[in-house]
Amino acid sequence: MQNILAIWQREMKSYFVSPIAYAVLTVFLFLTGLIFFGNLTEVYQYTMTTAQMGQAPQPIDVPSYVTQSLFRTTTVILLFLIPMLTMGLFSEEKKRGTIELLLTTPVGNFQALLGKYLASVTVLLILFASSAITISPLFIYSRPDWKPILAGYFGMFLYGAALLALGVFISTLTENQIVAVIVTFGVSLVLWLISVFSASATGAAKDVINYLSVISHLDDFIKGVIDTSHVIYYLTFAFVGLFLAYRSLESMRWKG
Amino acid sequence: MIEVEHVSKVYSGRKAVDDVSFRVEKGEVLGFLGPNGAGKTTTMRILTCYMPSTEGTARIAGYDIFDESIEVRKRIGYLPENPPLYPEMSVRSYLDFVAKIKATPSNQRKSQVDEAIGKCNLGDVENRIIGRLSKGYKQRVGLAQALLNNPEVLILDEPTLGLDPKQIHEVRSLIKGLASSHTVILSTHILPEVSMTCNRVVVINKGKVVASGTPEGLGQQMKGAERVSLTVEGPVEAVRGKLAGIDGVLSVQAAAEAAAGTSTYTVECKLHSDLRRALASAVVSQGWGLLELRGVSMSLEDVFINLITKEEA
Repeated sequence: MQNILAIWQREMKSYFVSPIAYAVLTVFLFLTGLIFFGNLTEVYQYTMTTAQMGQAPQPIDVPSYVTQSLFRTTTVILLFLIPMLTMGLFSEEKKRGTIELLLTTPVGNFQALLGKYLASVTVLLILFASSAITISPLFIYSRPDWKPILAGYFGMFLYGAALLALGVFISTLTENQIVAVIVTFGVSLVLWLISVFSASATGAAKDVINYLSVISHLDDFIKGVIDTSHVIYYLTFAFVGLFLAYRSLESMRWKG
Repeated sequence: MIEVEHVSKVYSGRKAVDDVSFRVEKGEVLGFLGPNGAGKTTTMRILTCYMPSTEGTARIAGYDIFDESIEVRKRIGYLPENPPLYPEMSVRSYLDFVAKIKATPSNQRKSQVDEAIGKCNLGDVENRIIGRLSKGYKQRVGLAQALLNNPEVLILDEPTLGLDPKQIHEVRSLIKGLASSHTVILSTHILPEVSMTCNRVVVINKGKVVASGTPEGLGQQMKGAERVSLTVEGPVEAVRGKLAGIDGVLSVQAAAEAAAGTSTYTVECKLHSDLRRALASAVVSQGWGLLELRGVSMSLEDVFINLITKEEA
């Protein structure tokens, strides 16, 4: 436990000493802020035009409309940003040779892996926590139902944690951060776009493809529904990613 | 303390380490000598549990490196060839991190880090960022990291690499000082380092142990002949003929004339014979001038070159 904590601390420091965490945070907040503003303007213009035409505007649940559409775009932004959080986790250690330190001290591969993974998850949580500032005007000017919003965050957290596990695995495969980032992004994108193929598939294949898609499981969360089958999907995804990363670290010792 | 038994390591069909066996007793400093690419680093990585051997095993402090690797890891300090440093950390916070992952009890951590900083003379730079330090300081931070937690066994891969002569001297005396309380294996391809710091030497070439023993013993063992160097004033051919005629002389080589009528000769004699007296009287009896006569001992360098080239021949 002490080891995991030590690795986690070092990794957190390294995120915030290097510009990576700040760059990711800035880009994330800028983009989510821009999209949030865009969505609000859209709603505003809709009510304005309908009022000008002398019609009574359709009643809209503004907070839920705005947050849902924000969450949908956030998943795309995360697709780009998550590989940046995991790219250096192991590839950088391999390049600097510090992996030799980690794996010759009593820290097991498992503890090193968990410490690093949890650090990346922590940065993800910091991203989400800071995005609360973006949506705070909703709470100032209206009284939105916070439960669906929380469910959306929970879903995005699971989605992010799953992709981080994938990124950690890919980071163990290479010494090169650029390769790690590109491959992680590519694989995530394939798992994202896979639902497109399901349209042309039929029967069991359609179900399987739909099940594999990382994004199809997120819809219910964004609508405010927490379905355990989706929770299990993301947890399994994360577990498989971490398991592969663990095996990859073990095999690194054998390959030398 | 360290028992290595028939360790082999195969990398994609090539044997990097081939049936290496040796022992190191407690308190010994073992020099691991060999040309670049001989398998030194691989052997050390196997001993530190970084990678498993293909065949054979080793025990450190009685623990098997494969079956009880965590116990082994607790007892070793390892300095890899490239010091494993995080360039964005300060020296002190880096050492503190290493102390943590080496499971130093938290109440001893600070004193352990202070001790390592003191031993490696890092007091001046302890709050500086590692990435900005010179190569010599980086190497010493790597060494300090290995010393943390007072491991019983120190495994140092080329500890003096990249240091200036003064620092090399410091590190060597540091290693010597550690020898009383630690067992040390250090690898090097710098020969004087071995004679200066090590009690025992294992010479490795192309993955195989080609010789082992004390640095002096190795010189003796590998010597094919005794050598004497003479500077004589006299006609070259006559001197050479006379010297070659002495019983026990294997060969005589004359170097170029140093001054008019004066040449230096290298005489190879049979092993375990001292012909200096006979050589001197032979020269003097002919009325030539004997300007210099001395026994030439074979340096470790000669032994090393001998071993390596013999292997290739």
